Amino acid sequence: MGVVTPGFQGRARSGNPRLPPGQYLEEGFPVLSAGPTPRVRTETWEFTVTTESGEKHTWNWAELMALPSEKPTVDIHCVTQWSKLDTRWRGVPVDTLVGGLGTEADYVMVHSYGGYTTNLPLADLLDGQAWIAYEYGGKPLTPEHGGPARLLVPHLYFWKSAKWVRGLELKIRDEPGFWENVGYHDYGDPWREQRYQGD
Amino acid sequence: MARTAVSGRLAWRVARLAGFRDETPTARTLVFDVPGWPGHLAGQHVDVRLTAADGYRAQRSYSLSAPAEGDRVELTVQRVAGGEVSEHLTGPYAVGDPVEIRGPIGGWFAWRPTDPAPVLLVAGGSGIVPLMAMIRARRAAGVRTPFKLVYSLRTPAELYYADELRAPVAGVDVTYVYTRELPEGRPGLPKRIDVATLNTAGWPAEFGASCFVCGPTGFVETVADILVALGHDPHRIRTERFGPSRD
Repeated sequence: MGVVTPGFQGRARSGNPRLPPGQYLEEGFPVLSAGPTPRVRTETWEFTVTTESGEKHTWNWAELMALPSEKPTVDIHCVTQWSKLDTRWRGVPVDTLVGGLGTEADYVMVHSYGGYTTNLPLADLLDGQAWIAYEYGGKPLTPEHGGPARLLVPHLYFWKSAKWVRGLELKIRDEPGFWENVGYHDYGDPWREQRYQGD
Repeated sequence: MARTAVSGRLAWRVARLAGFRDETPTARTLVFDVPGWPGHLAGQHVDVRLTAADGYRAQRSYSLSAPAEGDRVELTVQRVAGGEVSEHLTGPYAVGDPVEIRGPIGGWFAWRPTDPAPVLLVAGGSGIVPLMAMIRARRAAGVRTPFKLVYSLRTPAELYYADELRAPVAGVDVTYVYTRELPEGRPGLPKRIDVATLNTAGWPAEFGASCFVCGPTGFVETVADILVALGHDPHRIRTERFGPSRD
């Protein structure tokens, strides 16, 4: 059980089965990012998928908007211990953008405006598990929450859901992204509490 | 960036309270003994885990407020109303009581004494904590890197580390911005940090300063936007934010 801190009670036990270990419920929507918020205009926005052979597929904003979208309602889990339930998004499934490509890559490096990167397995972006999201709560996604578009991968800790996303680089080998380079986990499963390397 | 900031598995270590200092009526610096502590960089944080008698656990992240001295580690905790962890740590938590700590975490929002660039620190409220660790690390390393601190707080009573910050240090310029209530005798009106504040109290953009901004989300958004507008390289602006209910 670990070390008991004498007198510590804690708040009422929620027992909520939707809360992963070590998480608490958050009603607001805190922001976590490493630097200034990039202001990305939809007029110049582009999203590029690069395969392991260097083949590039690019969409501009109008092209993204023209693709069929979905409206997932999902629970999100931040590594800083808050979780938020039933968040409502709209976006294009990553399957739509990556599905038709011939690739043998097993990994993805996600790139963002502002220079942020994060790595994860390609399989975690497919089969309806991830979206390029551009609406939150029925409104356009604001810059501080990653607008105009962010990756949404709700089954992993939320730093994997890169804000201000501008592309996916398909890779044969896994390499650490921005937070992963300073000690955060390469995979980041909240249900296994994979917060840091070695968890 | 080399993967050196955190190596191997981050183990939970038992930490015992060795002493404390009250910074304000609602903020307390906790000094822990953490046997085997591997050391840390100024700006890094730790996770603190508390376990109740029935096995219930709660953990939160807190910034380290000073360089390590051997196995001695310091945090400053702001009490948050209804915060299950912060209310315990700033209240009944007593000298000798154990908690578990793991870290250090985060090699991005960190200042290294070997970095010769001038430094601008901008603190909002309890966001001063990791920035104070940088000021203390500068002194501990005996370097003369020029520092400027802009510290925004609501009232004079909320000032952390008051005695230490009031003692002048060559090469560390401190500017206070009060948003609700000024100290007695200080002319002017309360205000928020604005372009003029950072233009006057910060470094010219061409100096290539390392900027560290820490505070509530809205504060950090505003300050980082101003620094970008003043011409600072966005990649040299490092931010750490805390959300509405993070305790």
